[in-house]
This record gives sequence, C-alpha cells and structure tokens, in this order.
Amino acid sequence: MSWLIFAVAFWLVTWAINAALASSSAASTRVVKILIPALFGAAILVLWEGVVRGLGVPEVVLPAPSVIGAAIAANLPTLGLDWFQTIIKGGLTGYLIGAFAAVVAAVLVDRVPFLKRGLLPVGNFVAALPIVGIAPIMVMWFGFDWHSKAAVVVVMVFFPVLVNMVAGLEATDRLSRDLIATWGASYWQALFKLRFPAAMPFLFNGLKIGTTLALIGAIVAENFGSPTLGVGFRISTAVGQLALPMVWAEIAVAALSGSVFYGLVAAIEKAVTFWHPSQRR
Amino acid sequence: MTRATPILAVLALILAVWYLAVPMANIQWEVDQAARAGTPTNPAGALGAVLPQTALVLANPDLIPATYAQERPVLPAPHQIVEELWKTTAGTKLSSKKNLVYHGLVTLTSTFWGFVVGSLLGIVMAVMITRSRTVEMGLMPWAIISQTVPVVAIAPMIVVLSNSAGLGEHLGVENRLVSKVIIAAYLSYFPVLVGMIKGLRSPDPMQLDLLKTYSASEGQGFFKLRLPASVPYLFASLKVGIAASLVGTIVGELPTGAVEGLGARMLVGSQFGSPIMVWAALFAAAILGGVLISIVRLAEGLVTRRMGVRA
Repeated sequence: MSWLIFAVAFWLVTWAINAALASSSAASTRVVKILIPALFGAAILVLWEGVVRGLGVPEVVLPAPSVIGAAIAANLPTLGLDWFQTIIKGGLTGYLIGAFAAVVAAVLVDRVPFLKRGLLPVGNFVAALPIVGIAPIMVMWFGFDWHSKAAVVVVMVFFPVLVNMVAGLEATDRLSRDLIATWGASYWQALFKLRFPAAMPFLFNGLKIGTTLALIGAIVAENFGSPTLGVGFRISTAVGQLALPMVWAEIAVAALSGSVFYGLVAAIEKAVTFWHPSQRR
Repeated sequence: MTRATPILAVLALILAVWYLAVPMANIQWEVDQAARAGTPTNPAGALGAVLPQTALVLANPDLIPATYAQERPVLPAPHQIVEELWKTTAGTKLSSKKNLVYHGLVTLTSTFWGFVVGSLLGIVMAVMITRSRTVEMGLMPWAIISQTVPVVAIAPMIVVLSNSAGLGEHLGVENRLVSKVIIAAYLSYFPVLVGMIKGLRSPDPMQLDLLKTYSASEGQGFFKLRLPASVPYLFASLKVGIAASLVGTIVGELPTGAVEGLGARMLVGSQFGSPIMVWAALFAAAILGGVLISIVRLAEGLVTRRMGVRA
C-alpha cells in the first residue's frame, strides 16, 4: 500500500513542478522544454511500478518497469540480434530503397503532366489503403528472411514519399522558375539547384511518415513467417511462453528504435531545410 | 471527364502491366508440371541468362493460357481475384465463415469503434492541450513518441492486458474486439489530435479580439469561435484517422489469434498457401478503406455546406 501512496504522491509532486515550470519565465528555455516531458515520463514509470507492486499485479499480466529493465540487461545479445534482423536488415534497407525509388518516380511523373494528373489521385488513394496487407504476399514471393520484410517496407514507404515529393516539386513559384530560366539553366540544373531544395520540406514530411510505417511493416511481416530471430518473431513466441518481461523488453527496443529513427530523420531535416520558416527561431 | 481520363489511363496501364506480368511469374510452375507429365517443353535459350522468366514465356507460348488459370499462382490475374471476390461475397451464404462480407463486417465493427474512441480521445486531448500549457509541454512530446512506437509491437500486450482485465466482459462484448479497438484507436487518435490543435488555434487575433470586445467568456469563445473554426481541420484529419483505424484493425487481427476479420483471412490464406484468398482479402480491405474515406468525405460536404461554406 505504501508503494501506491508513494507513487501517487510522486505523480502529484511532479505535476506541481511541471505546472510551476510551464508558467515560469524559464518555460521557453531548452532545458525546461526537455525537463517537463522527462518528468512526465518518469512520473508514469513510477506510477506504473507503484501500481504493480502496491496492488500485487502478477507478472504474467503486467511486469513492473524494474523487472523489464532486468530482462533487457539479461538478454542484451538476443535483443541486439533481433534488432539488427528487423530494424536494420528489414526496416532500414526497405526504407532507403522505397524512399529512393519514390523520389526517382516523382521526378519521372513530374516530367509527364498527363501521368501526374492520373497517378497522383491513384497514389493518394493507395497511400490511404491498408498496405500492410501485402505482407503475406511478399513473404510468399521473397521467402522468410529479411528480403520479404524489406519488400513490404519498400511498398509502404513508397506512396507517402511519392505523393509528398510530387507536391514538393511543384512548390517553386513562377518568379524563381523564370529567374533561373533567364540564367539559361538547363532542366537538370533547375532541378538540382532550385526545385530539389524547394521540395525538401515536403520530402521530409513524407520521410517522417515513412519511419513509423517502415517499422510497422518490418514487424508485421514477421507474423507471416520469419527465421528464428527478429523483433516480431520474438514478441509472438515470448507471448506464447508467457515470458512477458521479454515481450516488454522487445517493445522497449522497438519503441526506442522508432523514436531514434524519427529523431534522426528530423535532425537531418533540420540541417537540410535550415532556411524554411518552420525551422527558424 | 477531363479529370477522369488520366486516372482511367493510369489504371488501364496498371492492369496491362499486371496481365503481362502474370505469365512471367507463373510460367516456371507450368513448365515444371509439363516436364513432370512428360510433355516436351522448350528451354529458355540464350535470352534465359538475362531474363529467365521472359525467355521461358517466349519459348513456350502454348503454356501462356494456363498461367492465367492456376489454382495457386505466384501472381494471380486480376480476373481471378474478381472471381474469388464474387464467389466469396455473393456466391456464399452471408452467415458462412467463407463469406468475405461477414469478415468485412467484423473488421468494420472494430474499425468503427476504434475510429470513434480514437477521434474522441484526440479531440479531448487537443482541447486539454490548447487550454493548459502544462498539459501541452508534458503531453505533446509523449503523443509524438507514442506514434514512433510501432503499434504492432504492443498489439500482443494489449491483447494480454485486455483479456486479463476482462474489459470485454464488463462492456458486454468479446475481448478480441476490445483489443482490436484499442489498437485501432491508438493509431487513429494522433492525426485527429494534430489536426484539432491546429484547428482550435486557427482563429486569428482579430477575431479573438472582436469576441473580447463583445465581452464573451472563455467558454463562449470556445463554443462560438474556436470549435466552429476547427471543423475543416477536423474533417481533414478524420479522413486520415479512419484510414489509420482500418490499418490498426487489420494489424490487430494478425497477432491476436483472431479467427474472423479480413486480417485473419490474410493470415489463414498465407498459412494454407492460398494466394488468391490473400489477394481477395487485400482487395476487400482496399474497397472497405475507399468506402470509409468516401463516407467521411460525404459527411464533410454535408456539414461544411450546412455551416455556410460554398463549394
């Protein structure tokens, strides 16, 4: 019971600190901007631990964060191999191929207006469909190893990036295009010096959407058959063995990779599109 | 008509490429079958080193018709999928486990509830975030992080949790439905949250000042200005949200041991090595997605016209 009281008290105290911080004059500084969500997260973890211990929730229902932490520490090699198989081999490979293919396709589509008018509504429609459904087909085509996972990711990433990139290539205004034409720029010079940079904010919009989709695709495809490693494989087998701390350890790995992946793309965006109003301070 | 022509042309192009690809994908099996039956087939020839499948098709043109009618093709022809769709919708009893409409309705139920729960959650969170700075600074980063977490990783855990908590029994529905709804809501709340925040903040200072000169209270300002102003943003994100909800439901049907629903149909089809079944389920899901988005679009048209927006 004391655990429960401590957890709730901790929650209230952090909430009070956060409220004070948010309304203080230091609210817009960098430290506080990180501190507030960090405190919020810590409060949730403590509350979780307190509820599990205080109410005696059995481990097969919900393990406490400390138990999950211990499971992570004890299974680092396995987690590392699973991470490499799913996130790097399946997810990242597919993501890079899909994004590259989409950019090339967008440039091609952009050259043929007729194609653009037809392909864009179709692409928009396909981007909204449950593409994860192709996972079983890809597993049938490319086998159980990471190739099939990468193939699913390629298709999932392709459409959002394509749609955004096509929109981005149209983002230059008439004045800039006229200006670069008066300088006698060729199609490719105009493409690389004017239209690509202008398309970057749009491209990164699609790329950021793609990060989550890539991980979802790579993990879902493992439900349809995989070698005996991988995040999705481990989760489904560990659930079967009721080894819940291991499941949560894999979830933590997936969550962390997802956040880092997104953060990386966002950081690259910041470096590439430093000139865009949304990045200015 | 001028807008439809390019779209139809692109669709026709996709169909043509598909029909061309079918023999290439399926010819190997036909050649193997013929060889096993003792019928002579032609080898791929010199071209085979570069394009083995194409060469095989060109060398054995008499086998091409058979590639369009295989029972377990690598790539089924579109008409085979349409046939399967017809057979499993209109051709069987509605209550039968083989009927895709039945599975579609199961998926639709959890998509709908996931969409409702997710949208309400998104709207409530958006209101809280726009009202309180503490909530915004504490919650918003976590809302973003929640979306970078691949939901499929959590799906089995949600199943375990909602089963042991007996959520379903309390609500008088199946546990399986509850976990699917949670996953669907998890995916669909975020677009609504982001759109709604944007919408609630869309009134410009001049309009806010005007309301202040009318000495409107906070609540009046919210209901008479901010809420109506957010409606276009809300509908834009509801369209994304309902698509996300459908994806969540299908993803939720895979690891939850579901025996019904379009996702389960795909899983069963892949386990039994029946590609046409998987493709039919995939197309059914695509059609369902298209219909759902059109319904939201229709509702958007009705509401915005009612609110005085001229098309």
